[in-house]
Amino acid sequence: MSILVNKNSKVLVAGMTGREGSFHTGQMIEYGTNVVAGVTPGKGGQELMGVPIFDTAEEAVARTGADAALIFVPAPFAADSVLEIEAAGVPFICLITEGLPILDSLRIVNRLKANGTSKLLGGNCAGIITPGECKMGIMPGHIFAPGPIGMVSRSGTLTYEIVWELTQAGLGQTTCVGIGGDPLPGIRFRETLEMFEADPATQAVVMVGEIGGSDEEEGAEFIKTMKKPVVSFISGRTAPPGKRMGHAGAIISGGTGTPQGKVDALLAAGAKVADKTSDVPGLIKEALAVRA
Amino acid sequence: MKLHEYQSKDLLAKHGVTVPGGEVADNPADAKSIADRFGGKVVVKAQVLMGGRGKAGGVKLFTDSQAASDFTKDLIGKRLVSIQNPAGMVVEKVLVAEQIDIAEEYYLSVLMDRAASKLVVMISKEGGMEIEEVAEKNPEAIVKVHVDPAWGLCDYELREAVGRANIPNVARGQMISMIKKLVKTYIESDADLIEINPCALTPEGKLIAADAKVSIDDNALFRQLAYQETADDSAEDEIEAEAARRGIAYVRLDGEVGIIGNGAGLVMCSMDEVKAAGGQPADFLDVGGGAQAERVKSCVELVMMDPKVKGILINIFGGITRCDEVAKGILQAIEELKITIPVVARIEGTAAEAGRAILAGSQIVPAQSMQEAAQKIVATTR
Repeated sequence: MSILVNKNSKVLVAGMTGREGSFHTGQMIEYGTNVVAGVTPGKGGQELMGVPIFDTAEEAVARTGADAALIFVPAPFAADSVLEIEAAGVPFICLITEGLPILDSLRIVNRLKANGTSKLLGGNCAGIITPGECKMGIMPGHIFAPGPIGMVSRSGTLTYEIVWELTQAGLGQTTCVGIGGDPLPGIRFRETLEMFEADPATQAVVMVGEIGGSDEEEGAEFIKTMKKPVVSFISGRTAPPGKRMGHAGAIISGGTGTPQGKVDALLAAGAKVADKTSDVPGLIKEALAVRA
Repeated sequence: MKLHEYQSKDLLAKHGVTVPGGEVADNPADAKSIADRFGGKVVVKAQVLMGGRGKAGGVKLFTDSQAASDFTKDLIGKRLVSIQNPAGMVVEKVLVAEQIDIAEEYYLSVLMDRAASKLVVMISKEGGMEIEEVAEKNPEAIVKVHVDPAWGLCDYELREAVGRANIPNVARGQMISMIKKLVKTYIESDADLIEINPCALTPEGKLIAADAKVSIDDNALFRQLAYQETADDSAEDEIEAEAARRGIAYVRLDGEVGIIGNGAGLVMCSMDEVKAAGGQPADFLDVGGGAQAERVKSCVELVMMDPKVKGILINIFGGITRCDEVAKGILQAIEELKITIPVVARIEGTAAEAGRAILAGSQIVPAQSMQEAAQKIVATTR
């Protein structure tokens, strides 16, 4: 089992013919992901790496039955691509594109929420992987391994860092979800934690947060009610207020988004909080031993 | 990008918001003629994007235009230094504006409420001081109204809000009208913050945006053409401005350990590890995904512009980024820039073996983990 994507997922890639899109689609196919369609307006009828390209998402879905979408479309056009794919009826949409104007995020997040037919992951995220089954994103596939740990993170490379530690410690993953570094993401910590709590294969969850916003605190509210153990790590403990740390969402402003506030909320909710990335596997093992 | 005060007021005035009369000048003659238009009773304000501008001597009131002009002459080209910005900034322009009489000071802002995924308008009768201070001492003095993303704001919501904020009757209608203009400005110019503090009520009962802070969403500059050209001037630091020109995510901090990594989360984490090891990070620098040798070199060069840097920590977990490309870039930078300070590199992930082989035999100290790398660099720079 897993959440959101698995070996049956039929993946559509928007912006597949671009430089990044084609490179990562190749990597995904090599990993075993079932990529069924590409969408690039004006390139319909072509084929790339054995995958048919369509002019519109509607046509791609009608012809291939795609039920998950990955977007590499450049930022100025990315919001439109999300709305197009939602309208075509794809229930899960993952937006890799970085640099979306915040008012565009506002539109897509609220419209998808109001319609309630599609879930959005990202923008500005590394994607999602169910190891051994489906890689939908830009992560290096070889560092992941199948196993009982669910993972959710705002940061791509920090996910790789911690997953690598987990895999080396013999702790494989059910699904790793990158919710992205934007201030208005689609799926957030809380919703992901709810899915992991409901997934029978997931035994424990690693949650990697960072400064800015209050998503970690909202996640902590749900952790209070969870039966499965959660180990967390928060980055940016030395970041000064008022400065954006790379991610548009990573900023301490007006006294909110502080690392201490997040750590306190997580501890109070019963999560373990690792001081160092390398402490995560040990804390997971302890938590699983207590449950066993 | 943060706009200068004069740019913020120009933008608001264009959308019909009442602001004090005034104009920007970059020389004493212009300052004098602007001041003359207001009978010499003006305030001259240095247009630098830093906190503590007043205390640094960048703001002064005048009653005659010659004195305002003399002050402008002194100010242009001068470096203002404040507690918030010890490196200081050079003044290139001043705003010469009419002085207004103020009976009461209120606060208005429009910003994004991340938790609610909606725009929020904040209204307070307690203007003139920092809103954080009001939030702490008197939180019920701040009234918030969310903007429905599909339907916008309704008049009844605003009438109710200004009433709840105890804004006096004489100012209510004007404030409602100003709020609607601010929200329109926010959306049309892709702002990420509009703050009017103080929003002044004059003894004659007129509501004026006496000061204005507007910041434009960097991600929307592709469609906000008016601000594209001035983008790098908005950096509050000279190295940050250079980084913006090179398209590198860099934030200057005040420590001695230069930090370079890939991915915002990993770079923040590297900073935390340096601090935990007893050092202080000098910067945040994200090389970005898929960096080639040339870009890595450019990043090292940027970090070295800060004279306080005594050593560099490089932490790469290669996904799309290839470690051998990173290693080549580091070596090139060291050779071409003749770097003699210690450099510790921890590289892992895609093509890590090849990367480590490239660095072997050079002056670069290798490390197995991020923690080990932090300890090694701190030990050599302390």
